[in-house]
Amino acid sequence: MIKYLIEKEFKQFFRNTFLPKVVVALPFFAVLIFPLVANFDVGHINLSIVDNDKSPYSAQLIQKVASSGYFSITDVSAGYAAALKSIENNTADAILEIPGRMEATLVREGTAKVLISANTVNGMKGGLGSAYLSSIVADFNAHIRSELMQVKSGRAVPALNIVPMYKFNPRLVYKVYMIPAIMIMILAVVGGFLPALNIVSEKESGTIEQMNVTPVSKFQFIVAKLIPYWVAGFVVLTISFLAAWVFYGLLPVGSFVTLYFFTSLFILAISGFGLVISNYAATIQQAIFMIFFFIITFIFMSGLYTPVASMPLWAQQLSIISPLKYIIMVFRLVYLKGSTLPDLAVPFAALSGFAVFFNGWAILSYRKKN
Amino acid sequence: MKFFISWPVHPPVKPIKMNQFLTFVQKEFYHIFRDRWTTIILLLLPVVMLILFGFMMTTEVKNTRVAIFDPSRDIATQGIINKFTTSEYFIVEGYIDHPREIEALFRKGRIGLVLVFSERFHENWMHTGEAQVQLIADGSDPNTASTLTMYATQLINAYRQESLDLPQTPLQLTPEIKLLYNPTLKGSYNFVPGVMGMILMLICAMMTSVSIAREKETGTMEVLLVSPMKSIQIIIAKVVPYFFISVINLTTVLVLSVFVLGMPVNGSLGLLIFISLIYIFVSLALGLLISSAVDRQMVALLISAMVLMLPVIMLSGMMFPVENLPGVLRWMSHVIPAKWYMIAVKKIMIEGLGFEAVAREFVILCSMAVLLITASVKRFKYRLE
Repeated sequence: MIKYLIEKEFKQFFRNTFLPKVVVALPFFAVLIFPLVANFDVGHINLSIVDNDKSPYSAQLIQKVASSGYFSITDVSAGYAAALKSIENNTADAILEIPGRMEATLVREGTAKVLISANTVNGMKGGLGSAYLSSIVADFNAHIRSELMQVKSGRAVPALNIVPMYKFNPRLVYKVYMIPAIMIMILAVVGGFLPALNIVSEKESGTIEQMNVTPVSKFQFIVAKLIPYWVAGFVVLTISFLAAWVFYGLLPVGSFVTLYFFTSLFILAISGFGLVISNYAATIQQAIFMIFFFIITFIFMSGLYTPVASMPLWAQQLSIISPLKYIIMVFRLVYLKGSTLPDLAVPFAALSGFAVFFNGWAILSYRKKN
Repeated sequence: MKFFISWPVHPPVKPIKMNQFLTFVQKEFYHIFRDRWTTIILLLLPVVMLILFGFMMTTEVKNTRVAIFDPSRDIATQGIINKFTTSEYFIVEGYIDHPREIEALFRKGRIGLVLVFSERFHENWMHTGEAQVQLIADGSDPNTASTLTMYATQLINAYRQESLDLPQTPLQLTPEIKLLYNPTLKGSYNFVPGVMGMILMLICAMMTSVSIAREKETGTMEVLLVSPMKSIQIIIAKVVPYFFISVINLTTVLVLSVFVLGMPVNGSLGLLIFISLIYIFVSLALGLLISSAVDRQMVALLISAMVLMLPVIMLSGMMFPVENLPGVLRWMSHVIPAKWYMIAVKKIMIEGLGFEAVAREFVILCSMAVLLITASVKRFKYRLE
């Protein structure tokens, strides 16, 4: 009997002209486009310069800033007010203001100031920009000091040799980190939204009553509903793998078998969750609002965009209820570090738990009577 | 809802038409409020989402666990380790016995950074100047990794400065740093306007995208079409109740972002509300366009929730800076209303600028509103197939 039920579900799935297209097009375009977007790099900081000194030193300093590679000098303003205007227009991110007679004061009095103002609405960019600028100023300072002071102090300053090294992603490519997570995002969207609409749309069109008068058991009913999404999930995943490989040359360090294995658990969990919502919702609209809320919350809690470790403690504790957190962890570990099943015991236990819990709930909450 | 009919209609030019219109509006209100659960969800969703995401979205790096390989164990390494222990960015997890353990440690995913000191650290540092400390970071998340090494380098340099006790260096050129608008570098200033834009856009579009498609699906469309109403009137009548709900949502979103998430309103509140209302109208109109273009509720909702959600998150600049986008995608981001709204909100709320500064965003959002409404009126088929 279950065979016919599954056949029915597949027919319903393909009869809808929109759904099969989504399953194919969404992962393809998402994996193609989103890695280009997902880029937190603070590449170019646009700088507005106010040079009130116009001395050889200020020219040298500006030259040093321009050649540092972090900044592109967008304008040389006449005064601070004009520079502030370009910050307000978003054409500049920071201002370097060299006060009048900077060189003269420095040589005569031994100290001088330069002023750095940064737009910190984007805290990361503003903070980094001002840090880069002040380290350039410090460099420049050291340079002119050694130039001016022929007599060096007796004792050399012992330097500490600090060597940063990055494991697993030595060139710090952000794409490698994001692509596995983007795959999961698409998987969650497809595997969560579609089942959430399934049972409730049978309720709206009235066909659920026909189901209810058949001798089909709750268990068979839910299993038959799950299987098409399970298959769809594998299609989504395979397309994502291919796209990541073809467009970005990205292959996991670990094995595909591990990834498929964990995905099969994850789709069961998230689709089970979708079916639970579908059971409780009375209209398609209610269902979609609920699933939208949960999927988007799961996504933001999962560490996909912002690291879980940065969140406040209560949010970190709350994030254990997001199945996405575990599967994204698995994908990133397998893709970047080549972790194997023994390393992944915790996510395995969590995802199996979610799968059993949500599907159990879906079976129990499906009522054959009104 | 009776009062809608009994409203005095002021310029009584075409009183019958106006009454008809109000009846339509009333009908739309019935559609929404008779489904009590949906109404509750519509009003609660923005509250919960704004609070959750407002607090969660931050890239500040804190409390990273550090492991240490220290063959020297002298005063210099101890001094540096003390610096790490007292820093809020790091938690010293413990010592390891051999650099070989690093790989396995990272694979478990608990440790973010390993400090590896060279042998006879203090002695070499003082005499040959060749002391080395390696900062081995888990590079899988490039942002966190580079921020961590930056913090660690600062700590080590600070230790060096203190221990050498350098005399006041002559010829000091000091940079004086002024952080404009957000001196404490709060992450929320960057993220909250984006979250506001996302929530308003998606909820508005999802609400209206059902409206016409549902009439088509349940067959009540025919009843509408035989009425003497013009399509523009039918469409406007559909917007009114959703606009009403959106205004409530806007109020809660603004109140929460100021009082709970600590956002400032440095500019004019009136201007902020005005531009938000235009943005809401754009979002509602987008939902209507989707609704008039498809035949089924399910497809309409999937487009407005699933398909719309991804570009709004990815391309609006809410997560990833728009200026990093490659050429074609930057063009694509221009058509996303959330992007313009976010820019305007940042300018008004944080930078405290006036209308002049947001004139461009204002014009763009207005043209989008006109365009979308015209398109949905055009797409709205007056005949049944």
